[in-house]
Amino acid sequence: MSARVGVVTFPGSLDDGDAARAVRIAGAEPVRLWHGDPDLHGVDAVVLPGGFSYGDYLRCGAIARFAPVMGSIVDAARGGLPVLGICNGFQILCEAHLLPGALTRNQHLHFRNRDQVLRIEATGTAWTNAFQPGQEVLIPVKNGEGCYVADPATLDRLEAEGRVVARYVGGNPNGSQRDIAAITNEAGNVIGIMPHPEHAVEALTGPSLDGLGFFTSVLKHLVGAPA
Amino acid sequence: MPRVVVDVMLKPEILDPQGQAVANALPRLGVSDVASVRIGRRIEIEFTGEPDLDRAREIADKLLANPVIEDFTVRLAEADETADARS
Repeated sequence: MSARVGVVTFPGSLDDGDAARAVRIAGAEPVRLWHGDPDLHGVDAVVLPGGFSYGDYLRCGAIARFAPVMGSIVDAARGGLPVLGICNGFQILCEAHLLPGALTRNQHLHFRNRDQVLRIEATGTAWTNAFQPGQEVLIPVKNGEGCYVADPATLDRLEAEGRVVARYVGGNPNGSQRDIAAITNEAGNVIGIMPHPEHAVEALTGPSLDGLGFFTSVLKHLVGAPA
Repeated sequence: MPRVVVDVMLKPEILDPQGQAVANALPRLGVSDVASVRIGRRIEIEFTGEPDLDRAREIADKLLANPVIEDFTVRLAEADETADARS
């Protein structure tokens, strides 16, 4: 039986369809989850897709974080459920305190939309074990509030514990501190990433197939994980 | 009914690019003596009963501000201070 990977739709999610497609291309069964439904329907992992969730009125992800489904996801993530937050999903994970730090307005104030080279720094996580340490991948970014900030002590801890998952290479699109593009929690099951791996899974629609590695990683992780 | 005013500001050490953009526009108005501009958010809360500053503080801490990047202050609004009173 193939793994079931939930993809949450919030009001304003716009990459939920692409995320579900990426899950399917990677070889898993996508399960659509609704923000208002706290039931995770027995999924083995969850993707919080990109978009412009309703919390953005106040601060990106601030209200989405209180969606009924998020209560279940926070509990399950603390228990080891793999969770990948992409773009707005990253913001929601920070607001939910599953990840440290915050995402703020891009330093240059421009929305950035381009293909971006990233260096994968941590390959021991649930979502990056298919990559080689130091591997460079090409994945689109598209964000207006993608500038990752945290206090220096938090940044130092992330670096020391190997929790910076990916860094921007060849230009920082949003001013993120220390070129951070993705981070993980202590256990390595929760990842927040600002670029969009789900947009780099097919030659027709993406600049590369590099994004697929995130989704095949979680399948590999689930096979190895205790039932 | 008195309102509670919550002012949310980015912490001083967090770069405020919006404030900077505004500051950079001021010379075009002929203003040259402004050193910096910081932009925040003002939220007015009206309770159904008596205004409750402790409750407002809790709301601000949990939802209105992100303590990772923002500071906030909570106070009672003066009678003539709220948006409705002025209009």
